[in-house]
Amino acid sequence: MTNEQMTSSETEPTDDQPAPTPGTDGLTDTADSGGETTTDRTLLEARDLNVYYGEEQALSDVDIEIPEKQVTAVIGPSGCGKSTFLRCINRMNDLVDSARVEGELRFDGKNVYDDDVDPVALRRKIGMVFQSPNPFPKSIRDNVAYGLKVQGKDDGDVDAKVRTALERAALLEEVEDQLDASGLDLSGGQQQRLCIARAIAPDPDVILMDEPASALDPVATSKIEDLIEDLAEEYTVVIVTHNMQQAARISDKTAVFLTGGELVEFDDTDKIFENPEHERVEDYITGKFG
Amino acid sequence: MAADTGETPADGFGRISRTKDVAFRLLALAATLVGIVSLAALLLNVAVDAVGWLDWQFLTNPPHPNPYEAGFLPALVGSIAIMLMIALVTFPLGVGAAVYLEEYADDGYLTRFIQLNIANLAGVPSVVYGLLGLGLFVGLFNIGYGTVLAAAFTIALLILPIVIISAQEAIRAVPDSQRQASYGMGATKWQTIRNVVLPRAMPGIMTGTILALGRAIGETAPLIMIAAPTTVFGLPNSFFSKVSAMPLQIYNWASYPQTEFQYGVVAAGVVTLLVVLLTINSIAIIIRNRYQQRT
Repeated sequence: MTNEQMTSSETEPTDDQPAPTPGTDGLTDTADSGGETTTDRTLLEARDLNVYYGEEQALSDVDIEIPEKQVTAVIGPSGCGKSTFLRCINRMNDLVDSARVEGELRFDGKNVYDDDVDPVALRRKIGMVFQSPNPFPKSIRDNVAYGLKVQGKDDGDVDAKVRTALERAALLEEVEDQLDASGLDLSGGQQQRLCIARAIAPDPDVILMDEPASALDPVATSKIEDLIEDLAEEYTVVIVTHNMQQAARISDKTAVFLTGGELVEFDDTDKIFENPEHERVEDYITGKFG
Repeated sequence: MAADTGETPADGFGRISRTKDVAFRLLALAATLVGIVSLAALLLNVAVDAVGWLDWQFLTNPPHPNPYEAGFLPALVGSIAIMLMIALVTFPLGVGAAVYLEEYADDGYLTRFIQLNIANLAGVPSVVYGLLGLGLFVGLFNIGYGTVLAAAFTIALLILPIVIISAQEAIRAVPDSQRQASYGMGATKWQTIRNVVLPRAMPGIMTGTILALGRAIGETAPLIMIAAPTTVFGLPNSFFSKVSAMPLQIYNWASYPQTEFQYGVVAAGVVTLLVVLLTINSIAIIIRNRYQQRT
């Protein structure tokens, strides 16, 4: 199954932080995909990506190369197409009847809009966290195990997988004694971390986040932000956010979409916030509009 | 003149006339009371008539020409047997149709046409369904005049549109964010429907189905059309037993010449029917309240 092939090529335990430590345990082969330092290996790549909702164009000729195991922030004013872009990556836009996608979006080199790509299989490799926390009205355990269940990965020790996911989502300590309580009994911030645990439990390659902290208070937001930075050690994270400070704090790369669904600038986050190429981007970032 | 036009007096803060306000309020109250009071009077009247007639013997005896020995058991059991069969038929059909229309069907002309017709079918008089049942189940499928199956299938057709519409509403009330969460996890449509949509919609579906059953239990016309016997002395013991039902037995008793039947026995039957009906509706309300706390 392609599942195995694709994951094996990116289980290299590289840190995206400076000075890549070569001293891994040797469990994974590092022969493929660009040698030892794969910090900037492109995992997601859009080419001339256009999206229309009926007659209306939501994305216009987007070209972008999103690196593996880094946090890429997508910012821009309301209606600029940033959520649309995110939902193209795991083909959630397929669920919108009027949506039409042109161009290419490559995931690990494969155009996900090719006829032989099953969007359901694609979504099993690309997890998603939504704007408002949407846990199921099930127990915490069943929420986290949901992906394992629907993906047929619920053989073996589900409980251990659930605990690992909760641990990674920095939620285990708080809920350890109440795994059978309803996910709806948690606070908003905990619910969102539960949704993150749910997304990472089946061990996807990419995690898409659509303004994951916009419905949360500042304390919960800062917990989510810390968590996102940690997640980038193992996952490629693409996060849409309204909040420019948040993008500046947590992301390695930033993509700025402006009105008309146009990707105006994409670069290292420091560069975007300190010295953007485009005047329009500077205006947006300094708050002159948007 | 100025007083009853409701104009503000010259000084600005004087009392403004409320004549029309009060008049309309009284009118609305009267409209409410007409319905409530006449229903209450009817129930009271029936309940008073039933005193002395509605007893254990009435509930456990078969019908009898002597009003003092007449009983309701075959009709009561017949109604419950028909009801259970109806539930077994309408629940899967109704939920299946609702899931198809809400989750699978494209929002095209055909779907809208089907939708419109389901709404229309919910308004077709029950006697017409009786005629359909007679032609289809008794005539074409030959399952016998007035049998449990013929009665259940016929009334099932009658309430199916109601079950479908209420199930659709329950499914539509499941927040889209829940479906998105499921699809986002790589669930297929069926996995999403089974694990997320149906569990969440189930209380609403159950409530709608049970309320529809409450309507079914009072139906008389379709049973007459499929020639269900008004009076049966034994209990139904197979799907093909001839069966009577509570409203049919009551209708029959009401035509007897003796006043003991016309008042006492009929009243006892009506009270029994109402108690069963209210029990069914209470179950629906309990289910709704129990599951509605979690949203």
